[in-house]
Amino acid sequence: MLHPVTLAHYLVVGAVLFSCGVLCMVLKRNALGVLMGVELALNGANINWVALSSPALRADPAWSLGLDGQLMALFVIVLAAGEAAVALAIALNYYRLYLSVDVDQASQLKG
Amino acid sequence: MSGSILPTILFFLFASLACAGAVGVLLLQRIVYMAGALLVSLAGVAGLFFIAGADFVGLVQLMVYVGGTVVLLAFGVMLTARRSQPGWQVPAGQWAAGLAVGAVLLAVLLWSVLAVPPWRSVWPTVSAEGAPSGGVATVTTGSAYQQEAQPGTIGPLGWALLGVRTDRAIQQDSSQAPLDSSQAQANFSQAPPNRFQARPDSAQTVLDPSQEDARQTGRSGYLLPFEIISVHLVLVLIGAAFLARARIPFPSSPLPAVGEAGLTNGQAG
Repeated sequence: MLHPVTLAHYLVVGAVLFSCGVLCMVLKRNALGVLMGVELALNGANINWVALSSPALRADPAWSLGLDGQLMALFVIVLAAGEAAVALAIALNYYRLYLSVDVDQASQLKG
Repeated sequence: MSGSILPTILFFLFASLACAGAVGVLLLQRIVYMAGALLVSLAGVAGLFFIAGADFVGLVQLMVYVGGTVVLLAFGVMLTARRSQPGWQVPAGQWAAGLAVGAVLLAVLLWSVLAVPPWRSVWPTVSAEGAPSGGVATVTTGSAYQQEAQPGTIGPLGWALLGVRTDRAIQQDSSQAPLDSSQAQANFSQAPPNRFQARPDSAQTVLDPSQEDARQTGRSGYLLPFEIISVHLVLVLIGAAFLARARIPFPSSPLPAVGEAGLTNGQAG
């Protein structure tokens, strides 16, 4: 017997995506891999927003986020797109200077 | 029975896609495979959004993330791809330490997530026999809203971005009386002044409806964040075009001299 989907199912998926994203940010040496980790973490947070605003997962409609969660998810998506564009431009410039996108070599500002 | 099982099956399908893609992004070593796994993960997340009833957010996720950001990342991968240098791999000790810390983080997150009280409505079981007849408040309202609000959150989202919260007005109705679905649909699709005609008990405060609505709900829409984000996107566009302009030619000789030349060019520009 399959249990119906609850809020905790969505939050577990969001937690898994967020953990994988944070680990990608920490463990990858490629700058684009770090960028993919950021995208994964933002998507994990977005899953939480949408799940908490879902009309299907709540018992009382007056005590949910309603459309607010979906609007915040939209803002997060738009900001993530802008962040990816700027970060990719920075990575391309870095590649032009150093012929590599290894984040460990970006130590010129180290004191 | 199949109507109640189908969302669960679809949820587990998309959730496994999303989680498998995320783990693939983490564990795969080649950057092109990582981009493919990220594509799978983001598409699974879009499917989860559709199941949760957020159709417009799912569409935007598909268009912006899957169609835009991943393609942008793939172009970045292609523009910066080189044969792997020695020392490119992360050493095994760092992998072990990182995975241990990540497991602890995941355990803490799961512990706090599973402590969230269930907001469970009676969606799959009641929607089989439950007509929205307006009996018990939570049960029929939940199922009726779930059935009737599925065709569109696009209209209320658009009005909310313009500063008008049509859904809050409807929810106030539903707190006083059981939600009439046809009335809700009419409210969703009509112009903002008409929504106040659906609340006959607040006829004396209709003189300044927006102030009254904002005071009652504490929210008055998202016009200002919408404007801020549009200006922000213009700035991002200009900044990205400025950063990525091809004034410095791509170097073909190895590191140090090129770095110096590129730096002076970059500072001059």
